[in-house]
Amino acid sequence: MKLVKLLRYATMLVFVLASIRVITGASDLTSVGTASAALLLSVPIVLAALGGLFAERAGVVNIGLEGMMILGAWAGGFIGSKHGPWLGLLAAVFFGSVGALIHAVATVTFGVDHVVSGVAINIIAAGLVRYLSTILYQGGSWPGPSQSPDVNSISLNGLPVLSGGHYFGWKSPDLLGSIANKQWFFISDLASILRGLTGDLSYVTVVAIAFVPLAYFLLWKTSLGLRLRSAGEAPVAAESLGVNVYAMKYLGVLISGGFAGLGGGFLAIVAANHYQENQVAGRGYIGLAALLFGNYRPGGLLAGAGLFGFADALQLRDSAAIHGLILFIVLILGFVAYRNLRKGKQLAAVLSLASAALSLWFFFAVEELPGQLVTMTPYIATLLVMALASQRLRMPAADGMPYRRGGLR
Amino acid sequence: MKKFSISNIGLAIAAPLAAAIFSIIVSSLAVIATKKSPIDAFQTMWEFGTQSGSLMEVVNTATPYYIAAIAIAVTFRAGLFNIGVEGQLRLGALFSCYIGAMFVLPPVLHVAAVFLISMTFGGLWAAIAAYLKVKRGVNEVISTIMLNSLAGGLSAYLLSKHFALIEEGSNNLQTKELPASAQVPDLMPILRKFGVEDQPGGGVYGMFFVAVALGLIFWFVVNRTRFGFELRATGMNPIAARVSGVNSKKMTVIALMLSGAIAGLSGLPEVLGQTHSYNLGFRAGIGFSAIAVALLGRNSAGGMAISALLFGFLEVSSRALELIDIAPETYVIMQGSILLSSVVAYEVVRRFKLVLQSRELAKAVHA
Repeated sequence: MKLVKLLRYATMLVFVLASIRVITGASDLTSVGTASAALLLSVPIVLAALGGLFAERAGVVNIGLEGMMILGAWAGGFIGSKHGPWLGLLAAVFFGSVGALIHAVATVTFGVDHVVSGVAINIIAAGLVRYLSTILYQGGSWPGPSQSPDVNSISLNGLPVLSGGHYFGWKSPDLLGSIANKQWFFISDLASILRGLTGDLSYVTVVAIAFVPLAYFLLWKTSLGLRLRSAGEAPVAAESLGVNVYAMKYLGVLISGGFAGLGGGFLAIVAANHYQENQVAGRGYIGLAALLFGNYRPGGLLAGAGLFGFADALQLRDSAAIHGLILFIVLILGFVAYRNLRKGKQLAAVLSLASAALSLWFFFAVEELPGQLVTMTPYIATLLVMALASQRLRMPAADGMPYRRGGLR
Repeated sequence: MKKFSISNIGLAIAAPLAAAIFSIIVSSLAVIATKKSPIDAFQTMWEFGTQSGSLMEVVNTATPYYIAAIAIAVTFRAGLFNIGVEGQLRLGALFSCYIGAMFVLPPVLHVAAVFLISMTFGGLWAAIAAYLKVKRGVNEVISTIMLNSLAGGLSAYLLSKHFALIEEGSNNLQTKELPASAQVPDLMPILRKFGVEDQPGGGVYGMFFVAVALGLIFWFVVNRTRFGFELRATGMNPIAARVSGVNSKKMTVIALMLSGAIAGLSGLPEVLGQTHSYNLGFRAGIGFSAIAVALLGRNSAGGMAISALLFGFLEVSSRALELIDIAPETYVIMQGSILLSSVVAYEVVRRFKLVLQSRELAKAVHA
């Protein structure tokens, strides 16, 4: 049932995007390249959000995801350029976990406020990698104080038959790709998005996406997962039933750091081919926003991350597409106005209609958005989505609360 | 409850002392890792940092940190966390420079007008986060972080496309220079009377006094007024505060906007005292260092003053490390380790105090 509904929404979305593409001529809105870039940029956010999932389900708020991603990205660039990309990713996981260990010691063992500890870790991680990079640069082994040497790339592959992969020397046909080139309205749009999502994938991308159902299985279908979640919902009750709440919290936070680190490593090794200062650029926080958007569920966070990845990809590829996206916002605001009117909220309806009109005027008044504004797209998307989604959230009941064995405060 | 016993004073000193020792150990290890002597490093930093020219720079570095830390502390006291100071102060400085250069007023009035403009824009930018928090339930930590990124993009766009003067053959984009009436003179005339000699690179920013005044006002308002009580009550126990008649939504909006307004001031010391215009080289990162300063100073006026000066001292004095071939960035390690260890140490001391209290209580009951 749920799947059918989801597919219907997805088809509607593609239809709307295809229509906007035709109206505005922003061909990159549904191109293979955009879909593929959207996936590539979603992966680090998915990983960060998965990290958030494990920590928050164990009852520890992890604002430190950003810092752990920074550590992972740095380690990915540093180890990856020396010992190859796979070891680089492993090092990224390790460095992320080290950051998480600090967070766990501070919050679980010492009961420091979770947000305070997380923010402190973000500040420290950014400072630490700058220090390390400077030393490596002075030692002559780095090209610049803010950039690592290049990392060898990990090879790409696609789905057999549909998206032109290559298996054991056999080159598969590219069915979706050929439909995408046909320029049929909607059908080609759908094909090119699917081709972008299934072709030329990095193996790391496949593994990262596979972590989402795996996380669901681990957290909701195993007894370990039940124990971990019980630490986040009702730690005192869990303790009385013999669950080692401290251990569960440590485990959750450490896994969290591993995922965040991997997300950082992905940025340095797969999305780019070297570490660069400010590479993470708030993606840890966006991952957290994706998790909140997804109501602390694996499927939901995947949707949230996809949304932010799409906004990010458009922003990087084509500012004309962002311009077309304004029309999309007009449609959403129009829909919100209609909903408000139906509910009898006249004032809200008028306000959203006015915003829709303003956006429409902006769409016609501005021919092309300047670059500095286009880079803001993912952050605006995050704010808008949070504003629309935040009210129906149900976070783990004891999330963010200090917990001490024996009920001491 | 408050007694000046030896154990109380000991406990108050214990946490910062432990944090300082931990930080010295960690940064020594970082220096040793590069095969240099940490003792040389600390000695060089101390000798350079205590010269009177360096001390002036320390104060100048600490002044914006302190103002921005007060901005963060206002929200902390209300149980909120404004991480968006960086964006608020940037927009405040940009708009106050742009609008402030359009007119001329008598000297003091003009500066006051610039303050007001900066506070208004900082406060309005924070109001977005307040609206999202109160009306849509969006966590202010995430929204203010996003607003930081937005402020960065927006200010870059406004400066390059609308606010900057076009100068032939110059790459530096900057707003029109503020008239003399809007500039804040440095404190050299006063310092000279105390026998301080002129230093190359200028004196202490006049806005040092603003920072001191803000610190006093902050202390007074938070600890000695009804508003301050309601603010703290909201932060300590929102439900109890609401039951006793505090409108917590209103407090959230006020705290965030007030914080944004104060943040607006923190971008001004350098702009009004030295550069006299907003340009591409506007100092980045004040808002983030200020978070560390606020956490280290426990959100108290005095504590934040000490930690702002400490951060300024580490930053300025570490420049001398280059002379003995040690990366000046070592100061980030010092700041980071002292921040982390102090946050933990404060919590340990708090718990220890609770244990002591419950013991005393038990004694009193059974006696």
